[in-house]
Amino acid sequence: MTGAEVRNFAIAIVLFALAALIPLAGSGYWLSIGVSIATFMVLSTSWALFSGPTHYISLATGAFYGIGMYVVGLGIEILPYPVLLLIAAVLGAVLAALVGLATLRLSGVYFVIFTLGLAELIRQLVNWGQTTQGSSSGLYVLTDISEPMIYWQLLGLGAIVYLLGWWINRSRLGFALRIIGNDEVVAVHSGINTASAKIILFVVSGTVATVTGALLAPRLSYIESSIAFSPMLSFLVVIMALLGGAHRLWGPIIGVVPFMLVWDLVTAKFPNQTTLVLGICFLLIVYAIPHGLAGLVEKYRARARGAF
Amino acid sequence: MEIIIGGILLGGTYALIAMGLQLQYGVARIMNLANGEILVAGSFAALWLFAGAQLSPVLSLVIVVPIAFVGNWLIYQYFLLPLVKRSKNQGQLEVDSILSTFGISFIFVGVMHAIFGGEYFNYEYLEIPFQVFEEPFALNRIVAFLGAAVAAACLYFWLNQTRSGLKLRAVSVNPDAANLVAINVNRASAMAFALGGAVTAGGGALISMFVTFDASIGVLFTMKALIIVILGGVKEIRGSIVAAFVLGLAETAVASLIDPGLTLASAFLLFILILLFRPQGLFGRQTS
Repeated sequence: MTGAEVRNFAIAIVLFALAALIPLAGSGYWLSIGVSIATFMVLSTSWALFSGPTHYISLATGAFYGIGMYVVGLGIEILPYPVLLLIAAVLGAVLAALVGLATLRLSGVYFVIFTLGLAELIRQLVNWGQTTQGSSSGLYVLTDISEPMIYWQLLGLGAIVYLLGWWINRSRLGFALRIIGNDEVVAVHSGINTASAKIILFVVSGTVATVTGALLAPRLSYIESSIAFSPMLSFLVVIMALLGGAHRLWGPIIGVVPFMLVWDLVTAKFPNQTTLVLGICFLLIVYAIPHGLAGLVEKYRARARGAF
Repeated sequence: MEIIIGGILLGGTYALIAMGLQLQYGVARIMNLANGEILVAGSFAALWLFAGAQLSPVLSLVIVVPIAFVGNWLIYQYFLLPLVKRSKNQGQLEVDSILSTFGISFIFVGVMHAIFGGEYFNYEYLEIPFQVFEEPFALNRIVAFLGAAVAAACLYFWLNQTRSGLKLRAVSVNPDAANLVAINVNRASAMAFALGGAVTAGGGALISMFVTFDASIGVLFTMKALIIVILGGVKEIRGSIVAAFVLGLAETAVASLIDPGLTLASAFLLFILILLFRPQGLFGRQTS
């Protein structure tokens, strides 16, 4: 490890320790915002692990997240909670592998379209399954898992994601992905199995999203397919990751924190205009800050260095 | 029999929607994910003209289609052309245009939601039963189908038999080469994009006669149009017309035999099959 890496690790550990203290402050409002921020930190960082280097826009986050919720919702009466998390992770990985095998061998557009419909597809299948089984459309999740517990679990998952991302960046796999992102033809010609590299990363990102859904299920206590498979979630994840900058591991988090604080205000003050605001955000990112906040930071840092 | 005719009628309207997207993606190379919202905007316009001015949805095409043409032309000039100029390769353009058209689609949904509210809408026009092979079908479906057929025939003739249509096909095959033979690629792309939007909005006005719609339903139509275009093979107008009928039949069959809630699932099944076995589409040619 170089000096800079040791320094970055120290900063990360201090930040995580500070973040872990939030539930102890005893404010329900900040804890609830903290849970939202931690959720989207995990989701958008894991999204960026795959989509950052490859530039493949995945809109499947909502589908994985919903599956995680339903695993917990269906199994909470029968199996212990940690086992459910494991089942959720395996299911998410399998689904991601299947989707990846079907679409990632082809061009990126097929992938985007497929993932765009995936959440709605699974929602329809779940609804159909529930009506043919004759059960009610919602599920109750009654546990004694408190909100601080959920928050700490999410932070733990976040730490795992960061370590994983750091490790992938240093590995041959991360190098291969960066080449794929720069020029897929070059990658193929230098002997990289592009399909399997992409699928592995997509599985990682899908698994994390599924576990996140499973972790959050106890918070809702009542799960319905329209909530679990909300189409908005996938778009929010994409926006926050791009706002922060998907090409850096630390990018998404600097998008998530300000966006969630503003988003909380917007949903409270203008609940009917959220879609409009989301659309404007998309356009702003594409036209004004194509490399995200991380890109801006790097640009100014390079300029400052150039001045001396 | 009921399934087959119902499927064909539905397929006709899908063909119209898919042709709009086909023009935008095949020629202008913009994966327009706001396509469904433009369709719903056409539906709302027809509803508004019908409720406010008692104008028949078929006649409202005269107003809806030109407005949609100009609107889409402006969208291309001011939002998408800068991206075309900025991007260094097709991959970059795809990512940018996907994000940008998502933004545009959200803005459309937001604005329509603000004007019309979140309820579902439908209205009654030509709800007269009409006998086709001894099975009753609402006349409005048949009118929409005929409208789609006329539009498809006009487009097909224009693309294949006229000089300006030839320009568009040249750009769709190879924009760089088209540029070398003195075709203004940006103008042809803007033309294709605007025309695609106009066709889509016209389709929206036609299907508003028999579909219940709300401000946020557009994405479903976008999905279907995308699946049809891929099923038929990008850049193949004939392919997407056939694919539209395949999807129409599959959906009607699934809805009436299994469960009406599974229409998207049936579309996705087709999508997966085509991706696994024939990714270039039914009519597409293999690219090396």
